[in-house]
Amino acid sequence: MALETVIGLEIHVELATKTKIFCNCANEFGAPPNTHVCPVCMGSPGVLPVLNEEALGLGIRAALALNCEVRRDSKFDRKNYFYPDNPKAYQISQYDEPIGEHGYVEIMVGEEKRRIGITRVHLEEDAGKLNHAAFEDASYVDFNRAGVPLIEIVSEPDIRSAEEARLFLEELKAIMQYCLISDCKMEEGSLRCDANISLRPVGQETLGTKTEIKNMNSFRNVQRGLEYERSRQAAMLGAGESISQQTLRWDEASATTVVMRSKEDAHDYRYFPDPDLPRIRLAEEYIEERGREIPELPSARRDRFERGYGLPAYDAGVLTAMRSLADYFDETAKHVTDPKTASNLIMGEILAYLNAAGKDIANLPMRPRQLADLIGLVEDGTISTKIAKDVLKGMMSSGKDANAIIAEQGLVQISDEGQLREIALRVIAANPKSVADYLAGKDKAIGALVGQVMKETKGKANPQLINKIIAELIRQA
Amino acid sequence: MSLSKKDVEYVAALARLHVTEVEKEALSAELSRILEYAGELKKLDLAGVEPTSHVGVTQTVVRKDEPRASLPLATVLANAPDAEEDQFKVPAILEG
Repeated sequence: MALETVIGLEIHVELATKTKIFCNCANEFGAPPNTHVCPVCMGSPGVLPVLNEEALGLGIRAALALNCEVRRDSKFDRKNYFYPDNPKAYQISQYDEPIGEHGYVEIMVGEEKRRIGITRVHLEEDAGKLNHAAFEDASYVDFNRAGVPLIEIVSEPDIRSAEEARLFLEELKAIMQYCLISDCKMEEGSLRCDANISLRPVGQETLGTKTEIKNMNSFRNVQRGLEYERSRQAAMLGAGESISQQTLRWDEASATTVVMRSKEDAHDYRYFPDPDLPRIRLAEEYIEERGREIPELPSARRDRFERGYGLPAYDAGVLTAMRSLADYFDETAKHVTDPKTASNLIMGEILAYLNAAGKDIANLPMRPRQLADLIGLVEDGTISTKIAKDVLKGMMSSGKDANAIIAEQGLVQISDEGQLREIALRVIAANPKSVADYLAGKDKAIGALVGQVMKETKGKANPQLINKIIAELIRQA
Repeated sequence: MSLSKKDVEYVAALARLHVTEVEKEALSAELSRILEYAGELKKLDLAGVEPTSHVGVTQTVVRKDEPRASLPLATVLANAPDAEEDQFKVPAILEG
C-alpha cells in the first residue's frame, strides 16, 4: 500500500524589538539571568500590560509578507497553564481572532512550484527559560525571555515530505529576515519549530492519526526527525498496528523520536479574552503602511538575479538566502560589466572568508563599490585574476581600496612589452630544454617558460601578453 | 446547570487547589448556584449584538518600543521560594 506523508508545521519567531511585548524590559538574548524583568513580566498583582507598537507592527508585517489577510479588529486572550516558566500562570496569546489568516508561502521543490498554506499568524508572549541542574533534582528559571514578543505561524498540512518541510522553513526564515522581523537564529531560539506528521494511503482524503515532534533545534534536525518519524509510522502501519496520537521529542544523540511526558494531564487552557488589554483596532492606512515596509522578497529577488543579471539558478539561490548577501551583490553588480565575476568572488573567496571569521557580510570593511572597482581592475588588465585574489584578501581585512593595496605592494600588472620581452629573453636563454620541447611540438612546454617569467615578476606579468611574447621569440629564434 | 463533584475535582486540579471531600460537596452546590445565576443572561435576546470582549477602552493602546531599567536582581529574587546562581530554583522539570 503506497502511503502519502502529510506534514504541518508550527513555527515560533521572536520579534526583533528593543523591548518586550507588554513592558519596557529589554528584549536581549544572552543577558545575565533575571536582569531584564519587572513586575509586568513577572506577573505581580495589579500591574497592567501595554502593547509594544513595534511588536504589533512587525506582527502585521509578517502576516502580510506571508500573504495573510490581516484582521481589522482582534484581541488578546489568556491561555491558562501552570508551569514554572510562566509566573502569571497564563500566557497572553491570541485564540480565535489571530492577527493574520489564510496566507501562503511558495517554494520550489526541484522544478515544481508548491504553495504551502498558512493557517494563521498570531501575536503572543514568550515564556521564561528553564535550565536543568546537572547533578541535582532541581530546575532553574531565568525570566529574561518571559514576555519577549513572538509570532506563532501555523501552516496547513500541505507539506508532503521532510525535504519540503526544510525548504519551507528556509523560505520562511529568509522572508522573516528580509523583512527585518527576526534574526531567526535557531541556535538562540529566536526561531523554533514543531511538526505534526501523519501518513495515509495515497488517494485517501481523511488524515491519518498524527504525532507531534518537538525539540528539533536545526533545519537539519527537522528533516531528520520527520524522516525518522515517517519510517517509524510506515513500519507500524505496514505491520498492521495503529498510530497513537502523542507528543514526541527528537533525541539527537540516539537519532530517534521519544515519547514526552505531558506538561499537564489534561490540556485545558480555558482561553478567555484578556481583560487587561483593549481590543486591537487597525485603520486601513496603518495596515497599508506595514505593507509598504515589505521589501522585494527572496523569491522575487531570485527571479531578478537569474533574469536581470543572467546568473545560474544555483548562484541566485545562494546569493538570496540572506538579505545582506543579496544587497551586497546587487550593489556590486550595478558597477561591473560581468555580474557572474562578482557572483563567483562573493560565493567563493568572500563567503569563505566570512565563514572562517564568523562575520556577516553587512559588517565587512570592504564595501560593494570597492569590490566592483577591484573587478574593474581585472577587466581592464591592470592586475591579473591571481593578484586580484591576494588584493581581495587585503581589502576584506582592512577595508582599503584596491588601488591603495596595489600601489602599496607594487602589484600593478606588467603589460609593458619591452620590459616583458627582456625578461622573456633571459628565461628562454636559461631554459633550452623547454624551448626544445616546445619546438618539438609540445605546446604545453610554453607553460614552464611563462611560469618562470611569472616567478621573476612575482606574478605581475600579464599572462596573455607573456604567452604571446614567448611564442613569438622562440619562433623568431 | 449543575456542577458534579467530578467537575469540581477537575476544576480544582486545573487550578492546583486542594479541596477536601466536605468542601467538594459545598463547592458543587455553590458553583452550581453561581452558574445558574449567570445563566439568567441566556434569557436575553442577543440576536445582532456583537460579543463584548473588553469594556471601557475602545481605542487601541500601544506604547513606544523604548527600553527602561528593569528591577535590581536582589528585588527580583526577593520573592523566590529558593534561588541559586541568580535564578529561581524549582523542583526538577524534565520532559521526556
